[in-house]
Amino acid sequence: VKTMGKELPRYWRSLEELAQSEGFRAFVEDEFPNRTPDWNNPASRRRFLTLMGASIALAGAPGCTVQPKEMIVPYVRQPEDYVPGNPLFYATSWVERGIATGLLVESHLGRPTKIEGNPSHPASLGATDAAMQASVLTLYDPDRSQAVTRNGNISSWGGFITALTAARDAAGLKQGEGFRLLTGTVTSPTLADQIQGFLAAYPGAKWHQYESCGRHSARAGAIAAFGRPFNTIYRFERARVIVSLDADFLCSTMPGSLRYSRDYSARRRGAAENGDAQPPRLYIAEGTPSLAGAMAEHRFRMRTSEVAAFAAAFLDEVKAPGSGPATVRAVARDLQAHPGDSIVIPGEHQPAAVHVIAQAINQRLGNAGKTVILTDPVEAKPVDEIASLTELVTDIRQGAVEALLILGGNPVYDAPADLNFLEALKGVKFRAHLGLYSNETAEWCHWHIPEAHYLEAWSDARAYDGTASIVQPLIAPIYGGKTRHDVMNVLGNQADRSSHDTVRDYWQSQHAKPDFNDFWQVSLHDGLITGTAFSETTPPAAKLPASPVPAASGLEIVFRPDPAIGDGALSNNAWLQEMPKPQNKMTWDNAVWISPKSAAVHGVTTGDVVEIAFQSRKVEGPVWILPGHADESLTVHFGYGRTRAGKVANEIGFNAYALRSSTGVWHGAEVTITRKSGGYPFAVTEHTQTMEERDPFRIATFAEYHQNPEFANPEDKHVSDATTMFPQWEYAKHKWGMAIDLTACVGCQACTIACQSENNIPVVGKIEVAKGRHMNWLRVDRYYNGSLDDPQTYFQPVPCMHCENALCELVCPVAATVHSAEGLNEMVYNRCVGTRYCSNNCPYKVRRFNFFLYADWDTQSLFGVRNPDVSVRSRGVMEKCSYCVQRINSAKIEAEKQERPLADGEIVTACQQVCPAEAIVFGDLNDPNSRVAKLKRQRRDYSLLEELNTRPRTTYLARLRNPNPDLEKG
Amino acid sequence: MAQLFDRSSNSVAKISLTAILLAGGGIIWAAYALNAGSFTTGVEVARDQSVPFSHKHHVSDDGIDCRYCHVSVETSAFAGIPATETCMGCHSQIWTNAAMLEPVRESFRTGKSLEWVRVHDLPDFVYFNHSIHVNKGIGCSTCHGRVDQMPLTYKVNTLYMQWCVNCHRSPEKYVRPRDQVFNPAYTTPAPNQDEIGPRLVAEYKIQSLTDCVTCHR
Repeated sequence: VKTMGKELPRYWRSLEELAQSEGFRAFVEDEFPNRTPDWNNPASRRRFLTLMGASIALAGAPGCTVQPKEMIVPYVRQPEDYVPGNPLFYATSWVERGIATGLLVESHLGRPTKIEGNPSHPASLGATDAAMQASVLTLYDPDRSQAVTRNGNISSWGGFITALTAARDAAGLKQGEGFRLLTGTVTSPTLADQIQGFLAAYPGAKWHQYESCGRHSARAGAIAAFGRPFNTIYRFERARVIVSLDADFLCSTMPGSLRYSRDYSARRRGAAENGDAQPPRLYIAEGTPSLAGAMAEHRFRMRTSEVAAFAAAFLDEVKAPGSGPATVRAVARDLQAHPGDSIVIPGEHQPAAVHVIAQAINQRLGNAGKTVILTDPVEAKPVDEIASLTELVTDIRQGAVEALLILGGNPVYDAPADLNFLEALKGVKFRAHLGLYSNETAEWCHWHIPEAHYLEAWSDARAYDGTASIVQPLIAPIYGGKTRHDVMNVLGNQADRSSHDTVRDYWQSQHAKPDFNDFWQVSLHDGLITGTAFSETTPPAAKLPASPVPAASGLEIVFRPDPAIGDGALSNNAWLQEMPKPQNKMTWDNAVWISPKSAAVHGVTTGDVVEIAFQSRKVEGPVWILPGHADESLTVHFGYGRTRAGKVANEIGFNAYALRSSTGVWHGAEVTITRKSGGYPFAVTEHTQTMEERDPFRIATFAEYHQNPEFANPEDKHVSDATTMFPQWEYAKHKWGMAIDLTACVGCQACTIACQSENNIPVVGKIEVAKGRHMNWLRVDRYYNGSLDDPQTYFQPVPCMHCENALCELVCPVAATVHSAEGLNEMVYNRCVGTRYCSNNCPYKVRRFNFFLYADWDTQSLFGVRNPDVSVRSRGVMEKCSYCVQRINSAKIEAEKQERPLADGEIVTACQQVCPAEAIVFGDLNDPNSRVAKLKRQRRDYSLLEELNTRPRTTYLARLRNPNPDLEKG
Repeated sequence: MAQLFDRSSNSVAKISLTAILLAGGGIIWAAYALNAGSFTTGVEVARDQSVPFSHKHHVSDDGIDCRYCHVSVETSAFAGIPATETCMGCHSQIWTNAAMLEPVRESFRTGKSLEWVRVHDLPDFVYFNHSIHVNKGIGCSTCHGRVDQMPLTYKVNTLYMQWCVNCHRSPEKYVRPRDQVFNPAYTTPAPNQDEIGPRLVAEYKIQSLTDCVTCHR
């Protein structure tokens, strides 16, 4: 904030960088900062020589160690067609907040190790997001609950069956009255069938649904507009102009956002690569910077509570052109020039009124039925979930609830604070909880049943478009977990019936034909039931909303699921905790986001701990000044401040749910903040691994690109091949290379976690991250361009560049990093002695060093998650991106065995496979027809720091944007 | 003043200097010997197994092919150790009461796997793939020796990197026709290896792969 007034550099990374304090310079200039305090031994010269002598004498000793005795344990009866050593892939589905995404999961010797997207599933098309990637770690989490407990003591499933049956029968005397079920959003046809069956037998019983970060607004919006619930899906592949009303539709918690990212980026890529397709143009009105906001050509920064008024003005402008302010007029003109191929998309976290307005505008523009499709709701029974939970609490208070069965979820932690759910819960006589963890809710329940992880369970669920997707287990429950179907079977007096039979029988009832067996096998193989996507329905004309209530003035508070760990269900996942959050590269914490201007007004700065007071509730949390945030607005994220999440997540961050109210679940006004103390230590990754101000990011508009195609490769950066003293390498067979399209990349960080999962990358913890020792091989840099208050945000994934003139190779004293015949920059762990010279010499700062034994060599259950094709590194070893050489080798071996050449696209790196935007392409540069070779022939292809003549194999395709000339500022 | 050292000191000095040199050399030699010897390498040391399985009997006497038990050797990195069921295929019919085979029957009864001590064990940072070697004409006996003559299994090569690289640098010295890969008694026929080696290398498109990432990753 101090630098206001000074001229800004073109691209900047953080406010600290702009301020350039002395401490900051010291931190940035040190390769791995904060090292010295670790060596607090007052070393004398003599002691040093003694140690050195001993080290040299012993250096050879490890070379002749005897291999430890190892056992081979074969099968007793080997499954047919099973080849030990070769992985198998099974289709299953990830279900989050009730919505399914299809996956293909890799299994080695019966243990799931890696998640991939299911290419034939409409919600995935082969992509996954960071949470799905990380979900395999949760399977092996030693903190998961491992036993049925009663009042905190270990009990048995049989004991629970008796107790639950007794509770049901007691309620059964009154037609089930007093018996309540609480679930998350249910889309599972099988589970819904079981619950409806139970409710039919016990009509007095009631079923409540509550999801803390569910689709409350979208549901309410559809009812307000059309009188009944509808499900809205969008066709971004057809959208030329997109107006987002605070909707983060790119890799967010919005159902279908993975598919939307794919479609949206495909269109952008198409326009940039071929030049003929029309690029999409994205306008967004938002307060909290989001991934969609970073992609937008025009971002209208406003408080979250002002978006409704903006939307209303926009509708007025569409109805009667010429009435609104200039920006609204310009956007509306652009939209009206593209009737039928534009989208107005309302935010999941905006009130129902905004959804109604969006529906109305889309109908008016003729988008309905073309780019905006309405179908029946995917929920088995769509209800207002906040009202449903409120009703439950009210009924408990009135003594109407005798037994409560909670199937998944954690309402004690994530229910709106004003409901006082915990106090109410204590008044129920019989309380049982099924969950992956013995969490805050389990603590207050008489019974807790460990739930089977989705990789251990049979189930089903619907995708964002209604496609019925099968959840298929890859492993028997590690901790004896039960599914929701198992518990419902107990209620249905069928305790012996397995979840597999339950799911299969349901689908047999839906497909009662002689070929059911074939149908079922095909469905399991594909991971979905073909043809179950909902067809389009035509709703009546949208009712127009009453004029929205004008936003209250003063400070507002905005509630959001955390960008990394979501609503809190994944809190105990260390990969996600250590994933730098896209917007501020912070790990292991949540923070109170505030704009630079408001921070000055309220007298707070980054690291200050403030007390937030909202509707007589108070919570303390540290402040983070975020450029681009709306003024007079705070954003807080859920998922932190857990008390019974597990060893990873307990007692970190603050609990934003403790402020949330059931009347305005996504934002509220009249908030005050009071500074309590300062100096809160965040662990951020944005200041380490910097390439300084050397023009790493290049961007132009489509028009500028057509005018000057060489914009990304300015003359002064060129270095002739003759500059080097070293002989050029020859690559006779393959020449691996990678192209990363910055036009497509949305900055979601899924690649970071995919890389972590594929390459056995350890987590290091908050203290080590603060010292710049995080281990991720693939980082996503974020750059700002423009003013402090409202900058453009750009993302750039940075793996190893695999330079042809690699600076790291020159300085390694033990040849632990060398050049391969195919141009890979190899890292040989068993040779590395840890001098760190290579990292010091790397201009891209992509090398990571194991300062300690970061890999967990003790926790048995975590061994299961490791990829057996990649070494687990030990202490004192450098590591970095290998272009997934295990995948290269395995594809090469298969091709050699079949005596055929490798096909383009056969080798897919983990980051490429996961990418929802298809921004990363890997392949053979010796094949002129390979996709990567073609991309690199594009004129917007450029190398990072090419003036150093490192000749990187990883290059970037400069970002192109498509601004509205009417709005482009001088 | 008398001489500090008398004449005999010369001999003492010479002898002790030589002794120091010899001792130094001896230590280095001992270290090499230790590294190359069976104590460290395990070469020619038969491991104790729960069942004293004889390859000699099963291969030489009974004529069972390698792939009857090591089923995945042509398709996977791992050659495969037979499931108990494979053993019982024959041993439910013959030698049904042999005391030696009790662990096999017990495994089949209880469903608990037999445990075999690994004879050929590479360090964990080495990734070896059986299938590609077998497909490219490297015979079992090239690395594993005359297993068909081993009553108890032992390894005949150190499996040191130096040993691997010998062949990776000049595969033509070791390659054999594909139809001879599983013949443990194969020896290079006349015309000798110098003639067929380069021909097979060309025919099978064998590459001399010595990049680190070929085996380490």
